[in-house]
Amino acid sequence: MSFSFPILPDGHLLAIEGLEPPHIGALLDLAESYALLNRQGKTQRDLLKGRTLINLFFEDSTRTRTSFELAGKRLGADVINMSVSNSSVNKGETLIDTATTLNAMHCDLLVVRHAQSGAPALLSQKVSASVINAGDGTHEHPTQALLDALTIRRRKGRLEGLVVAICGDVLHSRVARSNIHLLTAMNARVRVIGPPTLIPAEAARLGVEVFHDMKAGLAGADVVMMLRLQRERMTGGLVPSSREFFRFFGLDREKLGWAKPDAIVMHPGPMNRGIEIDSAIADDPECSVIGEQVEMGVACRMAVLDVLARDLRRNV
Amino acid sequence: MTDIVFTGARLLDPATGLDAPGDLLVRNGLILDHGPNLSRPEGAEIVAAEGACLAPGLVDLRAAIGEPGAEHRETIASAAAAAVAGGITTLCALPDTEPALDDPALVQFVLRRGEATGSITLLPYAAATKHCEGKEIAEYGLLLEAGAVGFTDGRRAIGHARTMRLALSYARAFGRMVVQHPEEPGLAAGGAATEGELATRLGLPGIPAAAEAMLVQRDISLARLTGGHVHFAHVSTGAALDLIRAAKAEGLAVTCDTAPPYFDLNETAIGDYRTYAKLSPPLRPEADRLAVVAALQDGTIDAIASDHQPRDADDKRLPFAQAEAGGAGLATLLGVTLARVHGGDLPLLQALGLLTARPAALLGLPIGRLAKGATADLVLFELDRGWQVKAGSLPGKAQNSPFDGRALEGRVIGTWKSGRRVFAI
Repeated sequence: MSFSFPILPDGHLLAIEGLEPPHIGALLDLAESYALLNRQGKTQRDLLKGRTLINLFFEDSTRTRTSFELAGKRLGADVINMSVSNSSVNKGETLIDTATTLNAMHCDLLVVRHAQSGAPALLSQKVSASVINAGDGTHEHPTQALLDALTIRRRKGRLEGLVVAICGDVLHSRVARSNIHLLTAMNARVRVIGPPTLIPAEAARLGVEVFHDMKAGLAGADVVMMLRLQRERMTGGLVPSSREFFRFFGLDREKLGWAKPDAIVMHPGPMNRGIEIDSAIADDPECSVIGEQVEMGVACRMAVLDVLARDLRRNV
Repeated sequence: MTDIVFTGARLLDPATGLDAPGDLLVRNGLILDHGPNLSRPEGAEIVAAEGACLAPGLVDLRAAIGEPGAEHRETIASAAAAAVAGGITTLCALPDTEPALDDPALVQFVLRRGEATGSITLLPYAAATKHCEGKEIAEYGLLLEAGAVGFTDGRRAIGHARTMRLALSYARAFGRMVVQHPEEPGLAAGGAATEGELATRLGLPGIPAAAEAMLVQRDISLARLTGGHVHFAHVSTGAALDLIRAAKAEGLAVTCDTAPPYFDLNETAIGDYRTYAKLSPPLRPEADRLAVVAALQDGTIDAIASDHQPRDADDKRLPFAQAEAGGAGLATLLGVTLARVHGGDLPLLQALGLLTARPAALLGLPIGRLAKGATADLVLFELDRGWQVKAGSLPGKAQNSPFDGRALEGRVIGTWKSGRRVFAI
């Protein structure tokens, strides 16, 4: 696949916000082709041959890191995983020190996860590598939004005009923000549903409809996207208890019945079963596409690496 | 000491409304006379102003200095260098240093260090509460005897209502103001930007703008209760200014200042996580910036202070929420204020008044005027001379200007302290 325009013009993928619909569409098309290749068991090991990809994770993650690792390896990159635990950050090494170290290693592609919003953007100003944001604080998680969009597109055939309900802890969710930017850019109708204490200020200004009631919010929904209740980030008792949260905002069979009969259920993982989603729903192959999300994750990350590598070649 | 004659200046004295071409004669560090075509005493040094503006040296109500305790950010000497380059001749230093200025000996130390600069009058605030911890009030009487100019906990809000009540009551006996950082601390805790659409998009923890009005409202009630004088620093929201306007109309001893970022910038300056624009209070939406301009125009705001907060690269080269809040402001105080004059929002004399006579009146000091017999603290500036703010080449140590890259019109070309030239471009 070749493109007549640069898909990620600034040489990084830091956020979905700011990407134009043709760019998003092109990334999804490319990812779709990788999904096909992956299913056929074919690889393209020459594309990133001789390139170094570093997974730099300041926060624990298994699935996102593994997904990037697999994507990099399937394209032939040398993949290094660096987990920077909080303890060594607390020893005083700053993000800038890390950037200096990585520059000296001549890494080409840098996948960054960090607990602070804007950390990948700061790194991108200091390193020569292409930076891919793998989740920064409560800001964005762009590859998650791409894989969600690809999953929806494969199941529903389109994004435009679909009603997508994003439910739960929207306030702390970078997944929600990236999905809102992507889906609204592609003309889906996005709703966010959650208690007012978990909805960010001025959320409606992002182009979404805000609901505090699952019944009203799920009515007519084509896609129900559940978010992880970020308990570890929850400071100050934003919800009184997990049982109260599940009672009003946890997805079970009854609440799912308020959405369209053919609605699909998504979750970025890892799930808190019995808090935001009932196991009976999560494991129901009739509605749950959670497994397919993981599969599309690898394909989307291959597409992103591919696009950025094209720019790397251009710069050589 | 040689006499100095400024010739052909545009004399500006906000205290009297003077705005006229003329000369000004300085003898023994005092303003001896001013007016058109003064005679030139034999042997006098002539400073040909050639139409440049000659005004009282600026009185800055609020600046943090790293000394004592954080000399890597700014020392009293480096702050003085930045101040005189900005036309400031009197600087009020905040007491939330390390240690906090809650002891007469510490106040005297800062006074002496200020005198040693020879270029500015440094007036230290004393801590409103011991260690600036917001719990017990400090020794106001002894601190005043040592030379404190007023009481405040600097960047820390006095959050406890009872403590603030006691501070206002007790300070009243000494006729001094208590300066508050008006931000409800419980509501603001953990925040990095004004809560709203931009903070939501950037994924930054928000501080509701209402946190300012809430504390202002409470302290106005306490001023009414105690008869004490509360002064709100760096007011930044329309809601808080409305409350202050009403309190003044009621005749309460309530005053306030703002700082240049709050009438020159809005929250969009933090876009792309620009930590130099991370301030406390945080930058606000445009509607609040306009409300600050309106309050400068109608006199609700009593003074413009630099709110200088020196930070070094290690404080700022961090992810936004982890970076320290605060901006350098001494060298840009006059230039950014004059931008509102050039922009047509404020007449020149009114703008200068907010930097000279009005803050002097809040302090109860006979400075910030061109009166005959007054100390010859003077600033000479070219109203239309352009320059660009460049972090990295600002005077003083602190380079963390939120105005980095800003083009300004109006540049200080000379500063005199008690008739002695302390800055020349």
